[in-house]
Amino acid sequence: MAYKLEAKIPAGELSQKWSNHKAAIKVVSPANKRKLDIIVVGTGLGGASAAASLGELGYNVKIFCISDSPRRAHSIAAQGGINAAKNYQNDNDSVYRLFYDTIKGGDYRAREANVYRLAEVSNLIIDQCVAQGVPFAREYGGLLANRSFGGAQVSRTFYARGQTGQQLLLGAYSVLNKEIAAGSVKSYPRHEMLDIVVENGEACGIIARNLVTGELERHGAHAVVIATGGYGNVFFLSTNAMASNGSAAFQCYRKGAGFANPCFTQIHPTCIPVHGTQQSKLTLMSESLRNDGRIWVPKKMEDVKAIRSGAKKPSEIAEEDRDYYLERRYPAFGNLVPRDVASRAAKERCDAGFGVNETGLAVFLDFKTAIERLGKDTIKQRYGNLFDMYEEITDVNPYEQPMQIFPAVHYTMGGIWVDYNLMTTIPGLYAIGEANFSDHGANRLGASALMQGLADGYFVLPYTIGDYLAKKIQAPKVKTDTAAFDEAEKGVRARIERLFAIKGNQSVDDIHKRLGLVMWDNVGMARTKESLEKAIVEIQALRKEFYKDLKLVGTADSFNVELEKALRLEDYLELGELMARDALNREESCGGHFRSEHQTEDGEALRHDDKFAYAAVWEYKGFDNAPEMTIEPLDYEFVHRAQRNYKD
Amino acid sequence: MGCFLTNSSVGKKLVMSISGCFLVLFILFHMSMNLTVLFSREAYNMICEFLGANWYALAGTAVLAAGVAVHFIYAFILTIDNYRARGKQRYAVTVQEKGVSWASKNMLVLGLIVVLGLAIHLIHFWSKMQLVEVLGEHFAQVGEYTVSPANGALLMAITFSKWYNVVIYLVWFAALWFHLTHGVWSMFQTVGFANDTWYPRLKCVANIVATLIFLGFAVVAVACYLNADSYISEMVTWTPGM
Amino acid sequence: MNFKLKIWRQRDAKSQGAFETYEVKDISADTSFLEMMDILNNNLIHEGKEPVAFDHDCREGICGMCSMHINGHAHGPSQAVTTCQMYMRKFKDGSTIVIEPWRSAAFPVIRDLVVDRGAYDKILQAGGFISVRTNSVPDGNAIPIPKKDADESMDAAACVGCGACAATCKNGSAMLFVAARVSSLAKLPQGRVEGARRAKAMVAKMDELGFGNCTNTGACQAQCPKSISIAHIARLNREFLAAKLAD
Repeated sequence: MAYKLEAKIPAGELSQKWSNHKAAIKVVSPANKRKLDIIVVGTGLGGASAAASLGELGYNVKIFCISDSPRRAHSIAAQGGINAAKNYQNDNDSVYRLFYDTIKGGDYRAREANVYRLAEVSNLIIDQCVAQGVPFAREYGGLLANRSFGGAQVSRTFYARGQTGQQLLLGAYSVLNKEIAAGSVKSYPRHEMLDIVVENGEACGIIARNLVTGELERHGAHAVVIATGGYGNVFFLSTNAMASNGSAAFQCYRKGAGFANPCFTQIHPTCIPVHGTQQSKLTLMSESLRNDGRIWVPKKMEDVKAIRSGAKKPSEIAEEDRDYYLERRYPAFGNLVPRDVASRAAKERCDAGFGVNETGLAVFLDFKTAIERLGKDTIKQRYGNLFDMYEEITDVNPYEQPMQIFPAVHYTMGGIWVDYNLMTTIPGLYAIGEANFSDHGANRLGASALMQGLADGYFVLPYTIGDYLAKKIQAPKVKTDTAAFDEAEKGVRARIERLFAIKGNQSVDDIHKRLGLVMWDNVGMARTKESLEKAIVEIQALRKEFYKDLKLVGTADSFNVELEKALRLEDYLELGELMARDALNREESCGGHFRSEHQTEDGEALRHDDKFAYAAVWEYKGFDNAPEMTIEPLDYEFVHRAQRNYKD
Repeated sequence: MGCFLTNSSVGKKLVMSISGCFLVLFILFHMSMNLTVLFSREAYNMICEFLGANWYALAGTAVLAAGVAVHFIYAFILTIDNYRARGKQRYAVTVQEKGVSWASKNMLVLGLIVVLGLAIHLIHFWSKMQLVEVLGEHFAQVGEYTVSPANGALLMAITFSKWYNVVIYLVWFAALWFHLTHGVWSMFQTVGFANDTWYPRLKCVANIVATLIFLGFAVVAVACYLNADSYISEMVTWTPGM
Repeated sequence: MNFKLKIWRQRDAKSQGAFETYEVKDISADTSFLEMMDILNNNLIHEGKEPVAFDHDCREGICGMCSMHINGHAHGPSQAVTTCQMYMRKFKDGSTIVIEPWRSAAFPVIRDLVVDRGAYDKILQAGGFISVRTNSVPDGNAIPIPKKDADESMDAAACVGCGACAATCKNGSAMLFVAARVSSLAKLPQGRVEGARRAKAMVAKMDELGFGNCTNTGACQAQCPKSISIAHIARLNREFLAAKLAD
């Protein structure tokens, strides 16, 4: 049974849609809000801001977090900044321009109405965060400062040194704390959601595992909000935090929520290259470095060899022997092209043999010109902490030698399908932030993830959830002793027992590393029909191996990190296949999804708007069964789709 | 508002800071007073006479004793709190952190040495001077000498004529030096008068104050030891009211 | 490189813990400390033993989750980094590395090297926020804030809440953590509004949760992965005392 997807996009002028919609949807009276329970899973920018705002409104909120504190959520690691259409720089920025840049950056694979709303509320976010005490960078006059980011020709990114995500999360966490203190939000740290409970077709609660004691707990609510981020860790090596995972979203998918565009993965161009097989995490260097850093590889192969062998230092390569390939290929945007374009260009140079480290998988990010122009002190002021971090990791001083960088998995634009109200295909189940699919299309612009997380949590969900809950004001408290809860808990218990019963020889990491390699080689930066078909076969084989050969130590009723990891890997082994299937289906190149068969003569992504101007929404059809795809057509009423051009 | 001085950590620290500040001021006064003995034993005895069993001197002594008691009792309360906060299980390996002074981590031990020294000092001097007057006596017997309560100079010369007393006092002053190098800047920090610009200045002031106090006291003890015979013969015949 | 690891193992909060010694071999100098732990754990799993539980997450030095006491140092011998930002090239080949959990009465051990830092959350819940409601705020540029103040606020806001300050302090004091939050908000005009209330509430909660008293040793600042200055403690003292004296 295919989905009947109703995006519920309001009618009317683009700029009026959100206002009209807000006026049209139902609200819940304060007296009734007190009777309604909401579960929020995840405490990043989306989850924390949503829980705090919902608590303020008077709902009873429970918030779940896999770490020891809401403040650990991976939003904290975002470095560069957050976009908003304030036009404080007087550079002709506007809501429309931010909307347009985001739609274009996403290669025309996002919903117009959602993206416009995102741009519209972006300004409110800045005001909100300033009022919470987020110490944004300021100019000497005391007003807010901005920096530039990839994919934009205006300077609209607000920042707090290289720790913007941290500061925004601490802001959201602080208002969450205010609500926890007020009693409207109850916090459950070190708890992991292992299943969603659906009764009569509506979401009514979750099964969570207390990670300290191993107990399984039932929690009922009138609505459930998933704010658990992305699934980039399917690749094993990524810039995501170690505990970031796709499992909560995947349980929703398993229980019937549509999963949209799973293949849309963002490969971030500026990460520190992989150094060897002992690595378990990749480190991101902020995109803001591309403001002043210039990316290059040597023009001559003999220089490449000399650098690799150590015979020459990169700083010794003469200016005329350097290939600043982004500036060469994209004169208008230069080093500030969107992430997908920058990543592919690096891959192109490395595939041609110009990679500058032993593995051949690295390019230079050089601050020589900037230091000459601005002085070392200014550069230190702007990027000091990033430079220190780089030196700590690589033992190379980036003030003297260029940094080495290479693309790495960073963000997933795909996620749970949601309508304009951010509700999934399961009534009462919402998905916000990176966990949903909606706003970034096939590629996310830098400094837009923070914007989306907070937009959803502060300014969208608190309104739209009322439209659903207004129907629930007569509903009693959700009982957790029902058959649906029994069955869900039994299912989780069976899953855990099954894993312990395998008693094989390979650890979770052993298998996860292999899955990561399959994904990176075949479902990575460049994909082909052959590679994707190969990936599906290999992942299926690996999944079989997992169920035969997993070695899981410890017990279920104690603090057991291996069990947590095994459960997540089990989901990745299905999710990876889903990503490959989606990539195989999408026979075009767009944004972060690059099918080598579909490129222009000069190697740019070639979209096929006639066939693929849609969101692919996948429906779970049971373990080992092929999922079914439904499409949500992306009708563009206001923007003319064009080939993205960052050249002139 | 009275209670935050007894039930909050910052309030308790404020008490330590203010009582400590008071004691530092007293010590500076005591040191200045002692220094007069180097120039004129008679002048020194005049001060001793002035600070005998007069009501104002007794009141001052009481306040001073209270200051010491408060500083001492709070130190114990804070230390017990802190010991509890540290938990039962201790680190197997600990290090001296960079930029952290040894004194700052050993204030209680240093304070105990100072108090022990104070006890010896009170026996050596206060019990032979103010206490004698309070008890209505007119003389104290110190070894072979009969000493008038106001003849501080003679008492000093007799006490420091023994080398071991000099050593004991020097150890005492050294402990005080360490205690003050941390204590003096720390009291500014506790009342909130400190920042990154002022730390080097405050620490410099603390070192100067501590060193001045050490030298001021030490020089008197050493001078008395070196000139014990002449000072004793000079002062043994001194009588009050001269 | 090869190392001998002396690691604290403890089943749960109630059990007695003890040190166990392990060996890891062929570690590359470019490997991070936590990757070395991953290798150890993978070896242990293959031997059928339970891996060492330790907290970690972002591995970029910002989430504040990692929390090991290594050779007597919170977060290890390097200055101004978290455990996850330590690389094995900092250690001598063949040396013994002693790894302990945070030790402080307010941070009970959950398992092995994992401790419960919920007390820090509770302190922030007591007042570490500005009471604003979503959407009822003025324009971001309505209140100009001198750059110096915003910078100082940011210096304090860099705190990652890892717990190294209280874990290092011989008094088990959380003053640097509390001060960082109070100071960060005190430097901003919007935070000043409820500054007095905040300082009092947070100090009271800190005391109630059993943290010790600050004796200004400065050990916290020396071990803080973000080098947060004890000048913020001076500001907290000022804020607290002014608030109390005004009552």
